[in-house]
Amino acid sequence: MSKLLNVASSPHMRHPDTTRGIMLDVVIALLPAAVFGCVIFGWRSAAVLAVTAASAVVFEYLWNLICKKPQTVGDLSALVTGVILGMNLPSTIPFWMAIIGSFIAIIIVKQFFGGLGHNFANPAMTARIALMVSFPAAMTKFVTPFAVDAISSATPLASLYGEATSTVSIKEAFFGLQGGCIGETSAFLLIIGGIYLVIRRIINPIIPVCFIGTVALATLFTGDNVLLAICSGGLMLGSIFMATDYTTSPTTNLGKIIFGVGCGLITFIIRQFASLPEGVSYSILLMNILVPYINRITEHKPFGYVKAKEGK
Amino acid sequence: MKDNKYLSTFTNGLVKENPVLRLVLGTCPTLAVTTAAINGIGMGVSATLVLICSNVVISLLRNIIPDKVRIPAYITIIAGFVSVVQMLVKAFLPSIDQSLGIYLPLIVVNCIILGRAEMFASKNAPLLSALDGLGMGVGFTAVLTLMGAIRELFGAGMIFSFPITAEFIEPMVIFLLPPGGFFVFGILVAVSNALAKKAGKKPVEHLGCHNCPSRSFCQKEECVNE
Repeated sequence: MSKLLNVASSPHMRHPDTTRGIMLDVVIALLPAAVFGCVIFGWRSAAVLAVTAASAVVFEYLWNLICKKPQTVGDLSALVTGVILGMNLPSTIPFWMAIIGSFIAIIIVKQFFGGLGHNFANPAMTARIALMVSFPAAMTKFVTPFAVDAISSATPLASLYGEATSTVSIKEAFFGLQGGCIGETSAFLLIIGGIYLVIRRIINPIIPVCFIGTVALATLFTGDNVLLAICSGGLMLGSIFMATDYTTSPTTNLGKIIFGVGCGLITFIIRQFASLPEGVSYSILLMNILVPYINRITEHKPFGYVKAKEGK
Repeated sequence: MKDNKYLSTFTNGLVKENPVLRLVLGTCPTLAVTTAAINGIGMGVSATLVLICSNVVISLLRNIIPDKVRIPAYITIIAGFVSVVQMLVKAFLPSIDQSLGIYLPLIVVNCIILGRAEMFASKNAPLLSALDGLGMGVGFTAVLTLMGAIRELFGAGMIFSFPITAEFIEPMVIFLLPPGGFFVFGILVAVSNALAKKAGKKPVEHLGCHNCPSRSFCQKEECVNE
């Protein structure tokens, strides 16, 4: 009786999805590419991933402890940030730089702005940009896959748009036998992770498809190698795992299209015309900042809404 | 009692109403020139000189300048002193002039100086105004030097060009770039707000009708900002 007449405020229907479950799915989707990175770049990549993941979790734990906030380590979001950050670093990076990266991601970008769901930009990517600006030499010291010693090698992207020469074929680039950051080399495994996330309904495919599609189309017009352009650099990792971050991407479908196309265009412009070799992270950061405006202009009209007459 | 008033006018600018951290005035030079501690001192001392001189002159002329044209009059006075300081710096400290660049002549439009002319010098005696200028200027210089030292330490591994960590840690260049400036500034404001909260003071949100620059033409009975 009392149960039947129980009046409670919303929500009345709950979904079994939890932050923890979603983050666990993201980790699972990241694993193939991360493991592959460890295989081709050696034990040091595994160590870098472990350092970033562990330090991100520790920073989140300490912040909550010091600020006397409820402990949020259990929702795994810090772990995901740490793993994505690690996959965005070259395997040769000194560990202390990786720890600084975790600090920037968790403390400065995420917690200073209010924690999970309040950050204005993707933490891992902003940390990558901060490291890239601070330590340009260490952040671009890539090694050739299966190299015995750490020999720096030009990434296919550098050869596509710059003077460096590289002999990576499209097949090698697609499966990931190329120089680059730990987790960004294998387009194949990243796409598999992305498809897993789409099937599990964790991410919406609109953003990655628009993002990669725009870069492909723009590259087609300039006559460069389209497949090499989309399989190299951080495009796959960025578009599938970082541009789709819930907090920093638009909520409406039209907004997602604008966001994806914008990211693609900026990436292409930076790759083609700027002095930087790679523009994926900058494009996502710039579009992150525009997300509140995109949300506002693509707002759904409530059913039956009539536009108020002007001048009243 | 009288001494107390002079002392409190001076210390006001140092801590309680620190122009950068509490009033959040003059943020443009704060962010732009603090890439090294020495630049912070150079900027701070130049602005302090201008601030003291312009405060004294404006205070002396406060009954002569017509209310309606007071802003142009203040700007003219300030611009005169900025030219003097700029010529002095150019002649005797060319390296500081080099690193401050355009921000040295831009002291003319530094809102601390115009703000103090409007809020304080235009209604107080010359000696008090000079002390107010000195207090505000020292507060400004202290924050600029602190910010410069922090950014120089992390961004170049040095303080006052004296190597501290540069030899064994690769410095983070981002601290010398605009984003680093914004982050250091934000963190300093947050720290000063936290300290003020601990001391039981509320953050400065409005300056009250008495100090409001728009009070002469404000039609409202009560301040909407309160």
